[in-house]
Amino acid sequence: MTNTTNTRNRVSDIFAPHRARSRVRGSGGCPPGERSRGVVPPGDGSTVKRRVASVVWLVIALVLPFCSLIVPWVLPGPVDVLNSAGTLDVLGLCFVFAGVALGYDVLFGFTGLLSFGQVLYFAAGAYTLDIALSVWNWPLFPAIVLTLAVGLVLALVLGAISLRGSGIAFAMVTLAFAQACYYLIEDNPHGLTGGDTGLVMSTERLPGLLVGVVSTRNLYWLALAFLVVTYAVVWLVTGSATGRVWLAIRENERRAQVLGFRPFPFKLGSFVLSSMIATVGGMVYLLLVGTAAPSSVASTTVTISILVMVVLGGAGTRWGAVAGAIVYVYLQQYLLKIAAEPSFGSLPAVLRVPLSQPDFLLGAIFVLFILFAPGGIAGLVSRKGTR
Amino acid sequence: MSTFIAITISGLALGAVYFLVASGLSLIYGLMDVLNFAHGVFLTLGAYAGWAVAQHLPQAGWTFVVTALAATATGAAVAAVTELLLIRPLYGRPVSQILVTIGLDLALVGLLLGGFGSNSRSVQVPAWLTSVTAIGPDRIPNDDWLALGLGLAVLGALTWFLRYTRYGIIIRAGAENRDMVRALGIDVGRAFTLVFAVGGAAAGLGGLLNSVVFASGLVDPTQGDDMLIFAFIVIVIGGLGSITGSAVSAVLVGLVQVYVTFYAGSGGGLAQLGNMSVVLVLAIVLLVRPRGLLGRTA
Repeated sequence: MTNTTNTRNRVSDIFAPHRARSRVRGSGGCPPGERSRGVVPPGDGSTVKRRVASVVWLVIALVLPFCSLIVPWVLPGPVDVLNSAGTLDVLGLCFVFAGVALGYDVLFGFTGLLSFGQVLYFAAGAYTLDIALSVWNWPLFPAIVLTLAVGLVLALVLGAISLRGSGIAFAMVTLAFAQACYYLIEDNPHGLTGGDTGLVMSTERLPGLLVGVVSTRNLYWLALAFLVVTYAVVWLVTGSATGRVWLAIRENERRAQVLGFRPFPFKLGSFVLSSMIATVGGMVYLLLVGTAAPSSVASTTVTISILVMVVLGGAGTRWGAVAGAIVYVYLQQYLLKIAAEPSFGSLPAVLRVPLSQPDFLLGAIFVLFILFAPGGIAGLVSRKGTR
Repeated sequence: MSTFIAITISGLALGAVYFLVASGLSLIYGLMDVLNFAHGVFLTLGAYAGWAVAQHLPQAGWTFVVTALAATATGAAVAAVTELLLIRPLYGRPVSQILVTIGLDLALVGLLLGGFGSNSRSVQVPAWLTSVTAIGPDRIPNDDWLALGLGLAVLGALTWFLRYTRYGIIIRAGAENRDMVRALGIDVGRAFTLVFAVGGAAAGLGGLLNSVVFASGLVDPTQGDDMLIFAFIVIVIGGLGSITGSAVSAVLVGLVQVYVTFYAGSGGGLAQLGNMSVVLVLAIVLLVRPRGLLGRTA
């Protein structure tokens, strides 16, 4: 009962329909907010305009650390300077989650698999690298290779097991595995993970570029590079023949099967690609933040945030996932800053209590989007473009 | 041996609380194909309602009945409103229905955190609940008996409701074939709201019991969500949509968790081994029997 009805019903539920997406490309309407910061999708007609826009965004992002412009009000950092460390840190975090959200979009938006375990691979990336660097005192390069290997094996094994079920069963099994990983990390086996408080990364074996005062800027570029490379990979793969089979599986798995495709290898491929992006994202996150703690790296709330980012931006669109993640992380950090302002305490409780909670506002915005704009930010933009 | 019996009763009590939470989830999923992530916050709201009411009551033995009723009513009301305002506009879009419950959970937990902070509140309970009853050589905490009794009572009431009342029959028929029930001129929409209300009521009561029996009377904003993951595991093991399956699997999960925690987890080893063993049970059940213990065939 679960299997067939669910796979069939998922069509045209929340995902951007395939054809509408190419219309988005053709419309050339440049979205007002954040746009693709990486590679431009190929397309017809006025693609040139979009390519130029993307290159402009990328250049702005690249040179941003050199702009000491004073921008009042809107910056998430404590100082109103564009290239202050606080702002660059938040933007770096935005890029990391944009990449991870893009990876999740491959699985959920492009293949139609609703997983609740994405955080497991993010945690695997952050914690394996952290343990190798800080507990075993490995040099950076072997530590990265080890982390990638761990992420790959985990994704292959757990993916193969979870994909035995489909629909809700798949969602629940992925959730259960991620939860088991969370408990394991909380338990602090052999003093490896630091338990509840987390494990601070040792900077001893890191190259000088990533340590100290200058590192803020370099880490920002590292996060941007992660996003650009992820975008390029996702763009190439979702545009390939494999990507088309993923879409076919999303729309109607039974039909793809009748056409002669075995869904399992394609679904596993999507799962592994998505998980590996999360693993690399976890590594970049660790380098950026400098510590891995269960509540921010391994808890199911992280999976939920990633899901919210993708849906907010527009599931099944590439730049939508990126935009959703950037808006989400930026808003979250910005709202925290606002709530910490001294004048904020003088607001009446009716306003202060809900406004002090980014989760409340983001949850409410999310609910409104689902009810009134199910295509997310990308859907809003494409609707405007076709009018 | 005597600890074994005490632990078994404690495991059964935990199973009873799991059942209270899982039965609603399972009913809702069975009829509407909605996996309700907001169920966790229904639990938390039930527990907070119990806390708020108990504060204003004198501490006599009977007042716990009022506390429990407040928790139940709050759960039912919040769930019914959720169905009417958020689920109803999204009929025919199952993924959106799941997502909207996720957003609601996020928002309400945020609101509770803003209102109450992350510090927990303590629910006032009558003295008889915190004492023990001796059965032979064993001393069994009274709250375990309470959870067990209420779990059985809800199981009985739900079974009776589904089997003998008009709405119960509509719900069972709707779970089999929604369109046919609609074609026969029956308003399935009202049954949807009712199922949410019944599930929410059980969740509200379960939330209160969870905090009274297993969290030493404390309530905090994320308590329900921690419980929700186990409730999900329970309904998947039991077979989605099956009330009897949920009951069997709730007892199984409760017992496994308590036994493993007591016999393997306390010796300075892994404190979370009990929780992990539950995940292992889920993996085994799904590998051997993908539709769960008593799930209907796909």
